[in-house]
Amino acid sequence: MDAKTVERALIRIAHEIVEKNKGAKNIAVIGIKNRGEYLAQRVARLIEKIEKVQIPVGLMDITLYRDDVQTKLEQPLVQKTEILFDVVDKVIILVDDVLFTGRTIRAALDQIIDFGRPKCIQLAVLVDRGHRELPIRADYVGKNIPTAKSELVKVKIKEVDGEDNVSIIKQ
Amino acid sequence: MKLRSKHLLGLEVMTKEEINLILDTAESFKEILERPIRIVPTLRGVTVVNLFYEPSTRTRISFELAERRLSAEVISFSANTSSVKKGETLKDTVQNIEAMKIDMVVVRHQCSGVPYFLTQCLDASIINAGDGAHEHPTQALLDLFTIREKHKKIKGLKVVIVGDVKYSRVARSDIWGFSAMGAKVAVCGPTTLMPYEIEKMGIEVYDDVDEALEGADVVNVLRIQLERQEGGLLPSLREYTNKFGINIERLKKLNENFTIMHPGPINRGVEITPEVADGPYSVILNQVTNGVAVRMAVLYLLSGGEGKVE
Repeated sequence: MDAKTVERALIRIAHEIVEKNKGAKNIAVIGIKNRGEYLAQRVARLIEKIEKVQIPVGLMDITLYRDDVQTKLEQPLVQKTEILFDVVDKVIILVDDVLFTGRTIRAALDQIIDFGRPKCIQLAVLVDRGHRELPIRADYVGKNIPTAKSELVKVKIKEVDGEDNVSIIKQ
Repeated sequence: MKLRSKHLLGLEVMTKEEINLILDTAESFKEILERPIRIVPTLRGVTVVNLFYEPSTRTRISFELAERRLSAEVISFSANTSSVKKGETLKDTVQNIEAMKIDMVVVRHQCSGVPYFLTQCLDASIINAGDGAHEHPTQALLDLFTIREKHKKIKGLKVVIVGDVKYSRVARSDIWGFSAMGAKVAVCGPTTLMPYEIEKMGIEVYDDVDEALEGADVVNVLRIQLERQEGGLLPSLREYTNKFGINIERLKKLNENFTIMHPGPINRGVEITPEVADGPYSVILNQVTNGVAVRMAVLYLLSGGEGKVE
């Protein structure tokens, strides 16, 4: 996916979010670190443009909710979580770059619920690459990319990598 | 980046990078303490034993909260309500506790070197919560965290530690910690409470508090243990207060935007006047708040394994 395709996918996702929720009332967007954070900001800006309302944006690091912190691995760096609005009764749009096993999303769901009880949580991802290990699906998908498990999906985005691009790396 | 050891025995052996990793991680943990649910599931299934052979309020509650907020299982042990009273040795006690399957031990003991001794007889991760007059690493880490938070840097600050340096494990950990981070460290106290050859730690030594405070950014006021006077090391507490007590008058020597720290418990009116302890430049209660975040960071980082995250 090149920059233009990424852009179009995000615009479509923003429209789908507004369509499905019949507007942008009570919507808040939360991005998962690292790249989901920036995608979340973009989606929120796009919804604001369509609906002319302010959309609160949060970001979160799911490290502390991972299910593999207690295995024999080096501890991953814990980063900041910033959810500066009340999640109670909000429609939370969770945004991440790649949906793969679903374990990150499971951790994110648990974390959001520890902040309060949202009205509902919907999931938007730029890429769905399959190979789910948990019963989790996305509500909004930029692109479905069938992959082999050994392949690597590399998402680059402007704010972090200087360009928007999605590629598959064979290992 | 990770810590090189699975134990936290002291700051003497820690690098600047390791200290920074702990402080950065603690910053993320501090945010958790502001959430509606102040608990994360990270250390679920990990059992931590708090082994306290000496009385403690702050450190013990702080560790216990840090452990619980990471969802660890917590067992608290204090020497005077256990079989230690019946004469059981330290080694027997800890080996029995370990036989019940535990993962980490937080230990406070009146003898220096006990945490190291435990690393030799247990497989668990050992965290030093204060050993004799040796080290109190988590206190120094929370001091560093508090100063970094307020001054936005540590390097280049002049940090003066005033009081009973000889018997203070906080002093030793602070000297190593602040020196590693590039601060200029000075100590000040009566000669009877100053260890021999302390200047060899690469710090300035004063016996006049007004000289020591000249141009300082941070003053860490140590507690004067009341037993010291009975041991003949101080003529009287009043004399100590006159010569070394931190009062409003003495604060004039300090740089602008200075900070007053105290590890607690405070002897109000002895080493520090109540006005100073409660003044706007005092971070004594911030230190306590930050203590929980710093200890969560330490527990989290030490509970990791050897492998790399994919």
